[in-house]
Parts: sequence; C-alpha cells; structure tokens
Amino acid sequence: MTALLEVRDLQAHYVSFGGERVVKAVEGVSFTLEEGETLGVVGESGCGKTTTCQAIVNLLPPPGRIVGGSIAFAGEELTRKSQREMRHIRGAQIAMILQDPMASLNPLFSIYRQVSEPAYYHRALRGRGLRERVRELLNAVRIPSPAMRMREYPHQMSGGMRQRIVGAIALAGGPRLIIADEPTTNLDVTIQAQYLDLLKELQDKTGVAIIFITHNLGIVARMCDKLAVMYAGKIVEAGTVRELFNAPRHPYTKALLGSMPKLGSKEKLLAIPGHPPDLATLPPGCAFHPRCPEALPTCATAEPPEIQVIGSWSARCWRAEPQEISATDATTDSAKDIHAAAAVGD
Amino acid sequence: MAFVTEQTRAALAGSAPILAGLRRRWLRLAAGLPVVPLAILIPFVLIAVFANVVAPYDPTEPIPGAKLFEPPFWADGANPAALLGTDFQGRDILSRLIYGARVSLIVGVMGTIVAGGVGTTLGIMAGYLGGWVDQVIMRITDAWLALPALVFAIFLATMVGPSMWNIIIILGAVYWTRYARVIRGEVLSLREREYVKLAEIAGASSARVILRHVLPNVLNSAMVLASLTIGVVIIAEASLSFLGVGVPPPEPAWGSMLADGRSMLMVGDWWLTVLPGLCIMMVVLATQLMGDWLRVRLDPQLRNL
Amino acid sequence: MTQFIIRRTFYALISLFILSVTIFAIVRLTGDPVTMLAEPGARAEDLDRLRAEWGLDRSWPVQYLTFAKNVFTGDLGKSFNYQMPVSTLYFQRLPASLQLALAATFISFIIGIPAGLISAVKVNSAWDNAGKVVALFGLAVPGFWLGLVMILIFSVWLGWLPTSGQGGILHLIMPSVALGWYFAASLLRLTRSSMLEVMRSEYIKLARLKGLPGYVVIAVHAFKNALIPVLTLAGINLVVMINAGVIIEVIFAWPGIGRLLYEGIFQRDFPLVQGVVIQAGIMIVLINLTIDILYAYIDPRIRLAK
Repeated sequence: MTALLEVRDLQAHYVSFGGERVVKAVEGVSFTLEEGETLGVVGESGCGKTTTCQAIVNLLPPPGRIVGGSIAFAGEELTRKSQREMRHIRGAQIAMILQDPMASLNPLFSIYRQVSEPAYYHRALRGRGLRERVRELLNAVRIPSPAMRMREYPHQMSGGMRQRIVGAIALAGGPRLIIADEPTTNLDVTIQAQYLDLLKELQDKTGVAIIFITHNLGIVARMCDKLAVMYAGKIVEAGTVRELFNAPRHPYTKALLGSMPKLGSKEKLLAIPGHPPDLATLPPGCAFHPRCPEALPTCATAEPPEIQVIGSWSARCWRAEPQEISATDATTDSAKDIHAAAAVGD
Repeated sequence: MAFVTEQTRAALAGSAPILAGLRRRWLRLAAGLPVVPLAILIPFVLIAVFANVVAPYDPTEPIPGAKLFEPPFWADGANPAALLGTDFQGRDILSRLIYGARVSLIVGVMGTIVAGGVGTTLGIMAGYLGGWVDQVIMRITDAWLALPALVFAIFLATMVGPSMWNIIIILGAVYWTRYARVIRGEVLSLREREYVKLAEIAGASSARVILRHVLPNVLNSAMVLASLTIGVVIIAEASLSFLGVGVPPPEPAWGSMLADGRSMLMVGDWWLTVLPGLCIMMVVLATQLMGDWLRVRLDPQLRNL
Repeated sequence: MTQFIIRRTFYALISLFILSVTIFAIVRLTGDPVTMLAEPGARAEDLDRLRAEWGLDRSWPVQYLTFAKNVFTGDLGKSFNYQMPVSTLYFQRLPASLQLALAATFISFIIGIPAGLISAVKVNSAWDNAGKVVALFGLAVPGFWLGLVMILIFSVWLGWLPTSGQGGILHLIMPSVALGWYFAASLLRLTRSSMLEVMRSEYIKLARLKGLPGYVVIAVHAFKNALIPVLTLAGINLVVMINAGVIIEVIFAWPGIGRLLYEGIFQRDFPLVQGVVIQAGIMIVLINLTIDILYAYIDPRIRLAK
C-alpha cells in the first residue's frame, strides 16, 4: 500500500537579489505520512517548517521555488502538477489551517459563503445540499445555532469561533490531509485545549491525516503519532513521538525537550542559547554545532549523515548510533509518563 | 513578496546587524545612481543656473529688428537670429524657455522646501506632543486637504497678488498638509520604539528627544515625499501661470508661455505650446523618477504614497 | 453604526468650521477686504458705505458670525460681473461640470482600474512595467498640455474632433481624456497597491488553499476588498474634477464651474472667486461624509457594529 504522503529529498529555496542571495529554507527533507496519522513538525522560527508545508500544496510565496525532490500524495507526484491541477488537490484533498484566525477570514464575506466554497467547487454541492453541508460542518466544529450564525460575518465572532470556522473550512472539501500551521498560537489557553480536543475528535470521525506545525512539544505529545524535528532547513531527528520523547538522540531535540513549556503556555522556546543560523549563510558542517553543547571537532567541518537509529527513527548527528533491537521495549513505559505529564500540563 | 511567512522574514531580518545594513544601504545608494533622471535633470539645472550665460537674448525684451511670431529654424523663412522663433511680442522663445527653467526649478524647489518644512514641523509636533495640539493640527490638515489644491492656490494667488515669491509661499501653504499627515503617522509609530521610550524615561527633554531621535528618523520620509512633491509643485506653478495668477509677465514662465501660444495653435504654430509643455513634462518626469528611486532606496515602506 | 455616522458628521462640521475660518481670515489678513469686495474703481465714500453695509467696521468675531451665517444660509455673496448671487451661478454651471467630470471619471476608470489590477496580479512583469510607465506619465504630463496637444492633432491636423464648446459626445472626448488622465494614473497606483496589499493577506492565502479557481480568488475575494479604497478615491476625484477642472474648461471653452472661476480671476470678480472656493470646500467635505456613510453600508464591520 502506498503511503498517503511521501516527501523525498525536498529542496525549496528563496532566491533574491538576482541570485545573489539564496535562502535554503528547505534542504533535503524526507518524511512519510500514512492515512489517518498525525505528524508533528517542530523547530524554532525560520527552520523551514512552514516552507515545507507551502511546498506540499505548491504555494510557495515568490521568490520561493521547489528546486529538488519529490512529493507523492496518494501515489501522485505533486511537484510536476500545474497550478490548475493543484487547484483540485488544494481544499479537496489537502486542506490547511493557518496561524491567525483573525486574519484568515475575509471580512467582507459571510461565514456561509466562506465555509461553503470548498464544497461548492470540489464537491459540486448547490442550493439546499450546500446549505445542509455548511450546517453540518458548523455543527461539527461546535458553532452554536449554525443556521443563524452562518449568515453572520467574521467580525461578529470571537477568536476561538473564528478558528473553529477555519477548521470547518478545512473539512468542507472532505480532505484526506490537513496541514495545521500553528493553529493555536493566537488563541487563549483554555480555547487552545478545546480546539485541540475538537481537532482530535474530528480526526477520529473522518480519518483525516494531520501535519501539525508547532513550537509547542506539549501539543505534539498530546496530538501526534510521529514527530519530525527541523533545524535550518533539515529534519535533524524523526521518529515516533514515543521514541523521541523518551530517548532523543540529537542534541537539538534534547534541548527542545529540556525547554518544553507546559501546554497552553504563551512563552516560546527561547531557552536554547544562541540564535538559529541565517539560512543564506549556513555554517560549515552541522548547522547546529555553534549552539551544540556536545559538539565534536568533526561537527564544525563535516555534515553529519542521517543515522538510522531503529525502524523509522533517524537522526542527523555524529554522536547518534544505531540502536540494539532489545532496548526498545524498555522505553515504552517512560514514554507513557511523558504523555501523562503533558496531559497534566493543561 | 506575497505571503512570506513570519519565520522567513525573521530569518531575513535577523541576518544582518543594523549597522552593517545601514552601510550596505548607503553603498548601494551610491552604486546605483539613476542614470535617466539625472541625465535629464542635470542639464536643466545647469541651464537654469547659468541662464544669463546660456540664453542668447533678454527673455523679457523683444529682439531688436525681429518680427512677431517668427518661425523656428526648421520652418521656411526662419530668422537665424532666433533659433526657436519669436513670440507675440517678438521675444526669443529659446531664451524664454531657458529662463523659464530657472523660474520652474526655483518655485519647485523652494515651494517644496516651504511645504516640507512647515508640514514636517507640524507633523512632528502633532505626533509627538499629542493631545489638543495634535487635534488642532490634524483638524486643520483635514479641512485644508478638503480644498482641491489648485482651487485653493488660485484663491490665495488672487488674494495675495502675483509674484514669484508669493507663489512659492502659496504653494507651500497648499501642500504642507500632505507632509503633516504622513510625518505625524511616522512619529506616532516611532514613539512606540524602545529607544525613544528609553530616552523619555531617562528624562531627556522633549526638544532633545525630537532632535536626536525623532527628526533623523522622519527625515527619510520627508525626503521621499519632497522628491515626489517637486513635480506636483512645478505643475501647480505652471497651472497658475497659465491662468494668469502665477509668475507675472513679463517674467518667462513655462505655464504662461503655454497660455500665450495657445491662440496660435489653431493656425498650426504648434511649437509655441508644445515646447514649454515638453520642458514641464521632462522636468517632472525626471523628478518623479528620482523620487521613485529615492523611495525604493530609503524607505520601501513608503511605496504606496 | 448610528454612532459612527454621528462621529463622522461631527468631524465634517469641524472641517467646515475650519474652512470658513481659514477663508475669512485670509481675506482679512491679506488686505482691506473692501478694496477687494467693492467693484474696481469705486470712490472713497462708496467704500465707506460698503464697509458699513457689510459690517466691516465691526469687530472680527461679529464679522465672522455674519459671514458664517451667510454661508450657512447659502448666501455666498454677489458677483460684480453677473450681478447675480454666486450660488445661483455655481448651480447654473454645475451640470456642465458634472457632465465633464462623469465622463472623465469613466475614462479614469476604464484606464486606471484594469491596468492597476493587471499590474498587481502580474507584479514585476512586462504588464506591471507598462502600468508603471502609464502611472508615471499620468503624473508628469500636465492635463492641460495633453489637451492642447490633442487639439493640435485631432482638431487642427486631422480635423476629427471639435476644438471646443459643449455639444455632443464628440465634444466630450478630448476634455474628458485631458481631465481624466491624471486621475487614471492615481487610480492605477491605488488599485495596484491596494490589490497587492490584499493579495498578501491571510484570507487570500486561505482562499487559494481552498482550491478556488484563480479568477475567483482575484476577481471576487481580493478585488472586493481592494475596491473599497479605490471607490473612495474615485468619489473624491469626481468632486475635485467638478471644481478643479479650471484649465481644462478654459482650454476647451467648457461652460462649467472651472470656467466660472477663471472668469472671476480674469475680471477681478472677487466675491465670485471666494464663493466658488467655499462651495468647492463644502462639496468635498459633504462627499467625504457621504462616502464614509456608504462605507458603513458596504463594510459589514461597520454596518453591524453596535
């Protein structure tokens, strides 16, 4: 069976000043997502998380371009599709939830209009069928009295409601994958938790796969099956949430886990000393070595290879080593503890 | 750039330390001087400055012995003494065009300086002092902006009576409002910056904060606005002169030359109107291009002005 | 929304007050108004009589109140030349100016909005550069000169169009292009920048992510939002064109308000000039207010605000 989404060696660059400056926002990213699975993508600002997702739907802002790699969605290669062909994927197969609920809705159009569009264009619903569908969707995202609310305008809704409406829009075309780009960063703490529960519930109902972009490892622990940690345009460590939370191999993953805020906390991950590097002028060797507490002399000169730790678990670090098979079972219990800790956090 | 994410933008912004960025900006400023507008402006400025040297005749007196409406050199029966022919009083068109450049540029530059000076000062006062000062200045700005610039200028010129310096002051009075509004907005956002707040907390006097922190920062915007205003002021002066309330005769102004030549248009003597118009167009085009260039270099945020 | 309208009306009244004070002050600061307000060549005793008649011998506040009362009741003074109230003259000329301004608005729309739209959608392309050139020339080529050049080409040389006067549609072509030219450029610039700003917004990003057809994203989602400032400008432009088309009306002998103003200047008919200026100011303040209120109806954020 083919995976729902298979990204191989994706490279996306922003070339500006006539080629003088090349920002390698995504440089050789690979991951696989199965139907109904949830992948968390974490990393600091500017590590290429958002660019990766924009590349998947082929909507990189200019001057961004996909310069290499492949994106296979349900066996179909997306990088070779035209914008016209991609239109039938976006909204219908792959939907996206953006960061800012206040800005994501068009102020001049009614909620009905905005929620109904994907269903109108992708599922050819009209008239009563369309209205019924919008009502169902609004019901599903717990908008009270949807028949009345759908005639209203975005400014009449609270932030939490608007983000739920954005969720309804994402579901409207019946997608198989939703990419949620930090969907809760602009929400209040209690509303964050409610929203996450809602997403989880909708996922259980519809079987949609989710890619969750976030700063917040608490959200990952609560929502995701798999985790990819990005740094400077690369995935530095990937594996199941359980594996990575329990025994992270990459020093950056360790640092992130060490600075993990509680779920709902507003503070960002700033506890790691130093700043992420400028993607146009990356340091030689491992991009993380200037900030790495465990850096070896080789780290400054040679780029670490991707080490397969075990199964789908991999890390790009000179210190990482393949793991003995017997050790895995022992880690299971402590991973559960972390889940529990995250749940207590809210 | 349509939807660059916050992350990418942060990565771009965080890349260069501010000082290096400033230096690079000025280097690039010097490296990419705009060729086209300078190639137009420099000759015009030189001609204006050295009008008395360049011009073959006194622009206000008829050429002795010349007839009225002599045709230019390319037409039959041209008078070799008057290259571009003569006007309805037998004055040399070429000399009048040359001196006209002086009038146009003086009014354009001085009018802009008056407008910019008054507008920037009032804009800083409104934005920095706030309260009733702000209210009074901004309400006046709003009200004055309501009058179409040309109508307001005509009214003032009719009241005050024509002279070149009056026109400068009048155009300054008409156009300062645009500066006041933009500069006030800039100052309001500057006041939110940390270093301005710190200076205030540290007990620096208002005058000191304005001179050290506010003024240098709004100067960029004022410069960009000024480069874009010059052309507008030049056209306004030409319009007033055309209507007979601008620079008074016999001073040569391109606007009044246009008006004088209008009657001859019907008989096909097009150069009397086309030439001064072309001069206006070239100068304004060049100042606009300079302005666009400055705007891109100094302050990309002002691109929508 | 009622509150919004009340606030805007209040601002409009303040603007009118400031305008009236400005004009009143300018007239009195720049010389003895009697010499301006009296017919040229009046004798000294006539001047004194006029001074008493207009209350110019009284204190400034009293004078201002009289002036404001007159303006408020629509009395803008009497033209020497026509021996008629200025407001009557103004409204006699209004239809001609309105006709010209509407035609010029039409011209500026069909050039400015599509060109601005294409420039924004195809940003940094050849289309965009062409748009930039049009915008540049719109600002740099004075409309009155364009008008004269058109007369030269289409009337004098080709003999296709009438040189001047009001009449059929042919009479309208050149003056409306000359007048609308500058405004087309300003509409182009605003349409472009407004579209670009909207296209950068999150909701347009989401509209694309929904998989809507490109024309729906641009023509429906983006354009509707981008149009608000453009229509505002167009409304203001219309009133400016009605009142400030002086030179174009002079060149084409168009019997509108601009030409009335020119006659006022030419014949030193001071009350006429002052009256037209005041009337122009009032109209613009009122149209600004109207646009603000229309905004409230178009934009649900204001319409539905409590």
